[in-house]
Amino acid sequence: MAIVELRFSAQPEHVRTARLVAAAVARRAGVEEAVLDEVRLAVGEACTRAVGLHRSHGLTAPVRVVLTEDEKLFSIEVGDEVPGPPGSGDETVPGMDAALDPDTEVEDDMGLAVISGLVDDVEVTSGESGGVIRMSWPASGAVDVP
Amino acid sequence: MDLSLSTRTVGDRTVVEVGGEIDVYTAPKLREQLVELVNDGSYHLVVDMERVDFLDSTGLGVLVGGLKRVRAHEGSLRLVCNQERILKIFRITGLTKVFPIHTTVEDAVAATD
Repeated sequence: MAIVELRFSAQPEHVRTARLVAAAVARRAGVEEAVLDEVRLAVGEACTRAVGLHRSHGLTAPVRVVLTEDEKLFSIEVGDEVPGPPGSGDETVPGMDAALDPDTEVEDDMGLAVISGLVDDVEVTSGESGGVIRMSWPASGAVDVP
Repeated sequence: MDLSLSTRTVGDRTVVEVGGEIDVYTAPKLREQLVELVNDGSYHLVVDMERVDFLDSTGLGVLVGGLKRVRAHEGSLRLVCNQERILKIFRITGLTKVFPIHTTVEDAVAATD
């Protein structure tokens, strides 16, 4: 198991950096080329959401991204430090109905809807120390990329 | 890569050509452009996304916001996109039912329904 960890200040301009790093590590881990676009989009959505949460709560703490390369699995965890209700378990990933309701503004939850539509293996949790979005994809093992 | 924006008028339509990456950092620029066009009286917009490399939910939100603005003036907002990876995001979010999506700018400019 190998990991790459990235911490960045909750600023929108760094989300692109997180996408680039995640795609590079995923490629190295042997995630299929056709899936890399999904990885890039999903990690971008998760980081965008975390940045938004930190900013709206006035947190100066960085957003945390952990990329884990296992033999047959590539996983990404994006963590924020905005506490959820104590003891709350898994959140339900909201459907698009709410996001598309013409009477409401498009909320951040559209990002979660994109993630849940893209990634089969996704888990959203929230606790006293913050929220975490965990996503994983099949990988064929580390490959040497020149 | 940053976002590039340019606009031109074709008949009663305003074509907004977008290039680069539309994400949480760059989307505000696109929002400003669309708001400015509507404020200046351009209510029939065609957003050409053929040169867009990346689009996320923030970008989708801006496009939905633009659509709401032009509809308030009985206008229209049409998209031009042939890229599968971009179209996929519209399909996942159900927005293919919300936006008319054309394969060429000519089609989008000529479309009336």
